[in-house]
Amino acid sequence: MSEFLQHLVNMLVLGGTYALLGIGLTLIFGIMNVVNFTHGVLYTFGAYMMFIVVQQLGMNFFLALPVAVVAGWALGAIIELTLLRPLRGSDIDTTMLVMIGAWIAMQSGALWIWGGVAKSVATPFPEAPLVIGPVSVSWLRLFVLAAAALLIVATYLLINRTKLGCAMRATFQDHDTASLMGVNVDLIYPSTFAIGSSLAAAAGALLGPVYVIFPQMGDLAAVKAFAIVILGGLGNITGAVIGGFILALAEELGAGYVSSGYRDAMGFLIIIAVLIARPTGLFARSERVG
Amino acid sequence: MISTIRHLSTAALAIGLLSSAAYAETIKIGVNEPLTGAFAASGTYVVNGAKIAAEEINAKGGILGKQIELVIEDNKSNPTEAAAVAEKLITRDKVPVMMGAWGSSLTLAVMPKLMEYETPMVVETSSSSKITTSGNPYIFRIAPPAPVEAAAFRQIVDKLELKKADFLVINNDWGRGTAEDFSRMFKEKGINVGLVETMDQGAQDMSAQLSKIKGSDSETLIVTTAVDQLTLIFKQAAALGLKKKIITTGGSQNPDQIIAQAGAAANGTMHLTTFLPWFPEKTPNPKATEYFIAEWKKRGFDFAGCTESFRGYDGIRTAAAAIEKAGKPEAAAIKTALWAIDVKGLNGDIVFKKSGPEGKESGQSQPNVYLIEISDGKVGMKSL
Repeated sequence: MSEFLQHLVNMLVLGGTYALLGIGLTLIFGIMNVVNFTHGVLYTFGAYMMFIVVQQLGMNFFLALPVAVVAGWALGAIIELTLLRPLRGSDIDTTMLVMIGAWIAMQSGALWIWGGVAKSVATPFPEAPLVIGPVSVSWLRLFVLAAAALLIVATYLLINRTKLGCAMRATFQDHDTASLMGVNVDLIYPSTFAIGSSLAAAAGALLGPVYVIFPQMGDLAAVKAFAIVILGGLGNITGAVIGGFILALAEELGAGYVSSGYRDAMGFLIIIAVLIARPTGLFARSERVG
Repeated sequence: MISTIRHLSTAALAIGLLSSAAYAETIKIGVNEPLTGAFAASGTYVVNGAKIAAEEINAKGGILGKQIELVIEDNKSNPTEAAAVAEKLITRDKVPVMMGAWGSSLTLAVMPKLMEYETPMVVETSSSSKITTSGNPYIFRIAPPAPVEAAAFRQIVDKLELKKADFLVINNDWGRGTAEDFSRMFKEKGINVGLVETMDQGAQDMSAQLSKIKGSDSETLIVTTAVDQLTLIFKQAAALGLKKKIITTGGSQNPDQIIAQAGAAANGTMHLTTFLPWFPEKTPNPKATEYFIAEWKKRGFDFAGCTESFRGYDGIRTAAAAIEKAGKPEAAAIKTALWAIDVKGLNGDIVFKKSGPEGKESGQSQPNVYLIEISDGKVGMKSL
């Protein structure tokens, strides 16, 4: 029983960060309909920002987090303005190829700048974990969970309760009508991409110190983010959050009770099952395509 | 017209090749190591050690009157890439001998290429027993195979009073091979084997495996993986409150890095290593060890990397000694010469003995294995 409780706590901590990765991508992939292959690189970028600010500039850990988020936001805006804007209106395959190119170029850039050897970031949290009965968890991971929850709620409110969120949803539902209603669509595209990117960078900044930082760290993260988005339904923020926790649960229990060798396969088995049973994802309403 | 162009270009190519051969002033040694991906830290250390050997040899006038040149390629910690890199080094760079490829799965992927192009390779790190028992006569290994490690460990298990051990190993030829060889030895010694958990080579979160191990009734945990994953395991085990005797194998632990990154969590852990940079006087060739450590520090490299980098240093010296003995930089002659060399390695004399099926034996040297213990953030030696 105590082992099961520990697995559940692990799942909560892991699920929070998966959810953060998922909502960033669901904004871009689900709402903007851009298959964003740079999501993983933006995650890596956020982690390296932590490394630069904390380890190289010697600044405060908590100050470094917003720096990483803002840097991710700016990089996302740049990607949208330079790569996606000229391609607006072109088909999804063209955009996808350009994004794959951007992914490879940026990952190679990270390798060129920082090298292939993993870096780690020192944190201000105590080494001794928090122990409650049979369950223990590190303070750093608790902080990551809290920060992720905060960002998830903020994003949800931004999309569903603010004027900007309303304009974003309107723009990607019907570009022309939104424009006629006075929405500055030229601003909405980069804003949405930048917000999604800043969430990826935030996830990287939070998880970089938990793990180690290296140029390819985003690859597996991106694959998982795509899985979460498909699981939860395209463009559905609540779905992405729940999808993140389901993936974490599948990995924890799969590794704990089935086979640790297939840990990363567990999540994908669930996705295959979901795609067979509910191709639109668990939480998406069916939509008209024609 | 087209055929003329083709002839001309063939001629030009031929002239180019001939002239590059005629004017070649260096002897090339191929280096196939993981410089990116899961084993980037280890591969980079090995390459840095290799460079020290090349500089030392060249400063003394090179071999056969020529300077040696390392052609270093990144296999990305990926077996497919490792095989491609080997092919590139042999066919394009025309290296007569190689060193590589760090991981057992990487080396195993390269091995068919060695047969295909009849080029020998010095294996500096890989420990899977399959490498020297599968009948590949182009393999010359200077690292201890897992059964040798298990045999060395066997002599001390009584003193450690092990009763039941779990395993947490990397899910590849290295990790699974180690779990098998150590389990066999444990069973012979009457030690029970509990859980055998695996982790993907790129995995960063081992909390699920560690939670399961935390709940088992074993008092000992044997861990096999490289340093990046090890430091994560120590941190995550501490966060989960895992209180078991942890012993690591494989010689890629870089204990100082574990102390630096895992802090108090590293205390009380034991590690099977293949080099003793902390106690040069206790190594088989103390003078060579002192020279290497001095050169390593002079270049500003992290001391923690010594336990890994010495293999690159020994590997290149092994290849260079064979080229010298062969008298010419040709693959077949080097392969024959490798059987006749005697290099003062940092972890024992490098003399190859036959291993594997008769008629197509691989070479295997007999390196030492040591058990060290971390206490109060310092490395101490456990006598074997």
